[in-house]
Amino acid sequence: MSATITKVSGESREYVTVKIAGQLFGLAIDRIHDVFAPVNMTPVPLAQREIAGVLNLRGRIVTAIDMRRRLGLPDRDDAGTSMAVGIDANGESFGLIVDNVGEVMRLALAELESAPANLDKTWSGLAAGIYRLEGQLLVILDVDRVLRLGGEASAAA
Amino acid sequence: MDDLLSEFLTETAESLDVVDLELVKFEQDPNNAQILDNIFRLVHTIKGTCGFLGLPRLEALAHAAETLMGKFRDGQPVTGEAVSVILVSIDRIKEILAVLGDTGSEPEGADEDLVEQLDAMAGIGIAATEAAEEPEEVSEETAEQPFVFQVLERALKPGEVSLDDLERAFRDAPGPEDIAPPKPEKPAALPKKTPPPAPKEAKESTSKGDAPAKTQSIRVNVDTLEHLITMVSELVLTRNQLLDIARRNEDSEFKVPLQRLSNVTAELQEGVMQTRMQPIGNAWQKLPRIVRDLAQELSKDIELEMHGEDTELDRQVLELIKDPLTHMVRNSADHGLESTDERIAAGKPAKGVIRLRAYHEGGHIIIEVADDGKGLNVARISEKILDRGLVTEDELAKMTESQIHRFIFNAGFSTAAQVTSVSGRGVGMDVVRTNIELIGGSIDLKSVQGEGTTFTIKIPLTLAIVSALIVETGGQRFAIPQLSVVELVRAHANSGHRIETINGAAVLRLRNKLLPLVKMRDLLRMPADEEAVESDFIVVMRVGSQTFGIVVDSVFHTEEIVVKPMSSKLRDITMFSGNTILGDGSVIMIVDPNGIAQDVRTGEGGELDADDEDEAMKARAGDKTALLIVRAGSDAPKAIPLSLVTRLEDIPVERIEAVNGRHLVQYRGTLMPLIYLNDDVVRHQEGAQPLLVFSDAGRSVGLAIDAVVDIVDAELDIEVGSATPGILGSAVIRDQATEIIDVAHYLPMGFEDWFEKREMDQMALTRRILFVDDSAFFRNMLTPVFKAAGYEVVVCDGARAALGALSGDTRFDAIVTDIEMPEMNGFEFCEAVGASDQFGHIPVIALSSHTSTAAIERGRQAGFHDFVAKFDRPGLIASLKEIGQDMGVAA
Repeated sequence: MSATITKVSGESREYVTVKIAGQLFGLAIDRIHDVFAPVNMTPVPLAQREIAGVLNLRGRIVTAIDMRRRLGLPDRDDAGTSMAVGIDANGESFGLIVDNVGEVMRLALAELESAPANLDKTWSGLAAGIYRLEGQLLVILDVDRVLRLGGEASAAA
Repeated sequence: MDDLLSEFLTETAESLDVVDLELVKFEQDPNNAQILDNIFRLVHTIKGTCGFLGLPRLEALAHAAETLMGKFRDGQPVTGEAVSVILVSIDRIKEILAVLGDTGSEPEGADEDLVEQLDAMAGIGIAATEAAEEPEEVSEETAEQPFVFQVLERALKPGEVSLDDLERAFRDAPGPEDIAPPKPEKPAALPKKTPPPAPKEAKESTSKGDAPAKTQSIRVNVDTLEHLITMVSELVLTRNQLLDIARRNEDSEFKVPLQRLSNVTAELQEGVMQTRMQPIGNAWQKLPRIVRDLAQELSKDIELEMHGEDTELDRQVLELIKDPLTHMVRNSADHGLESTDERIAAGKPAKGVIRLRAYHEGGHIIIEVADDGKGLNVARISEKILDRGLVTEDELAKMTESQIHRFIFNAGFSTAAQVTSVSGRGVGMDVVRTNIELIGGSIDLKSVQGEGTTFTIKIPLTLAIVSALIVETGGQRFAIPQLSVVELVRAHANSGHRIETINGAAVLRLRNKLLPLVKMRDLLRMPADEEAVESDFIVVMRVGSQTFGIVVDSVFHTEEIVVKPMSSKLRDITMFSGNTILGDGSVIMIVDPNGIAQDVRTGEGGELDADDEDEAMKARAGDKTALLIVRAGSDAPKAIPLSLVTRLEDIPVERIEAVNGRHLVQYRGTLMPLIYLNDDVVRHQEGAQPLLVFSDAGRSVGLAIDAVVDIVDAELDIEVGSATPGILGSAVIRDQATEIIDVAHYLPMGFEDWFEKREMDQMALTRRILFVDDSAFFRNMLTPVFKAAGYEVVVCDGARAALGALSGDTRFDAIVTDIEMPEMNGFEFCEAVGASDQFGHIPVIALSSHTSTAAIERGRQAGFHDFVAKFDRPGLIASLKEIGQDMGVAA
């Protein structure tokens, strides 16, 4: 992923922005399948904490990942509706559960900065870089790294 | 790749598999002209097709092989060497085909080495004559068959045949050629992945000489088939949804048509599933060749028997078991079967047999891989178990042989003394087990030392759609595959089925048996429900030989579910095998019975395996034992065979002294160590402490309990094993779940050297005895008794095993044997021992619950030295001592 980002300057990419616990994140639009409201989700006992559950999206079984937990953030205390960003990886469907989905932004690759050294380990492990937008920072998430959950990494090792 | 080439590849691959198989048969039966003709024809076809397509390497090889086979046909003797060269050539052809499949053209390289060998065997020089003048004819032919034109742009190479020759060969070869033209004559048209029916048909047509029947099948692309199956699965789902709606609207007018739709769907599903079914023979096809090569490599004489090749199972399942099966057969050939010399020395036929058997049983297919080799080496496995610290020595001593055998399924557990090129590389039976469990199957084994090993694999027929029971726990629904569900029981505090607990472990009395129970909620670590549910549904499940109950909140209906694979993120959860979408659209998890069984085993230690069950059955056949019922630590009763207890005492507490954290009591003028049965036994401050005293050779140990409850004569029928130290297991005694105390666990706590010391003392008298009993319980209970009396014990779980042990080692001073045993009973065993010149002199003591005069008389006739009641410990020891003295006098 990171290899594609450090391409020739002048190129730009489109990102879908999402809000998680007040922070703005960006996800590369070419990886996003669809955006949907997660309903009728079945929790999976014994699963890793980050797995919010599984749900049926038009006949496909989607594994939902709770992005707050993935980022080490506290669970949501308000009863607001969440949204899910659908991603396909290795022939499987995943849904990233976020607080809400914002707009699509086109940003120049040249402006992408690497994550600051003092960024939380979990976050810096997932961030592909940071954009300084007006008034706020946009953390670009590396989708593949987001999908690499803790248990799996250790299992592979 | 053009269609012609890809078709050629598929057909040739199939033909080659058949050739492999037939060649091995042929080697064993070189006079069978029919087999030879069949091989000849197949190789010839391959060669001919290569000519069409312009594949010189393949063609030259096939030609040379064909020439050699032609010589066989003309009467040249068939040698193993020659067959080997042909097989190697076939392998080379396969290699070339593989590259051809990848790249669309033959790889660079030369095969002169093989061609020369083949030609040398055929007794001719390199033939480079016949083809030179033939290209003309070829082009004439090609004019009629345009598709050949583009590939045949060159003159034929040495060894190649013209189309004319090919036609002529087909006319000459016996077979259906007069009806079918050469092209469709090639292996019958069937779906790509179904080779065996094709060769079978080909064979049939050869023998009968009529061909048209085979046009009844067509080739269908596997993808098309898979797509069809997916669509049917979706249809099943939709049907389920409709049924769900209909269930909610009782008097719907849709009911009748819906029923019709449901039936049609079911039939359609069955029909489509049928297209996935293939004979297991497909997975076995390569085995004769493998076994043959192994036999040569290992210099063993091996016969491979195959029964039930036609048994059908799902293509997907078939693919998945191919490798495990191959591995197991290799294992049997390499480790299972002894070398020819060893076999002859052991009095077995020089030729070892590996037997494959497949048959249907319920919704499962059972595959057995058996060998008549040396059996598993329990000693070596035990050593390895201890080595790796998998269990303690105590635990190991309590295990039955079959329990020990099963350790070979543990990871990295190769008992091969040396790693050979064939097996023993660490990827062993654990991989086999994992693969089989992945597809919802199970594997078990039975092994008798000296007689062989049989592996039994049980796998579901199909994976895609299963019938499942939908249950609810903690507000969530789960699907339990119906195949492992035995029955449903509703437990209620006031009903006949009440859930009881032993030391926190829940059990259910079900038709005089104790069923270990686990709560689904606990298994899945779901939060406990505040409102205690009064009634509980119990799903009784059987996995392999293990039976247990799962407690759920409620049970819905049975539904055909389409198994969808688990997300890769959830695959490590062993409790679930997949998930599915229910009629109402929600996703639920499919419970994996194997995963649960594993958890029940490790969590509760309550394994109720087939052996225990058998023993329970036998024990029930009238074995009454005097049992002392006591209370210690909890209200649940505990029992101990009365014969093991020397005395019951009430010791005034002031006589108990604590020294260095150990409790001692002055007893009959000496200090006796005192052990509390468990930490919960009440330490009385005044009055008396009830004790069970165990004495032997002047030493005593006291076991402190809360109270002696009763002495009963009861059938000792241990139904549930125990992982708790000091407890052998549980049994139903007087309608109450009772724990059986393991005395052997406590004695060494008093005198650490309880067993060793005695052996030292009695060195002069130390005797080796062979103890034969099919019941694990008696083996576990009496072995310590013998040891305590200073005997070295070799334990066998049956008469045959005992005779095996005796034939290898006759240094026994006495044999103690049970009477009622399967296969060979004690009387027969005793007679067999008496008849031997090797070990006929060893006295045999019978151990039986039947001490009737008739039985004793029968025993005398059989040649028993003595007849002792099963729980008469002093009588047994006395009898053994008597023998010891006799021996001493004699020596």
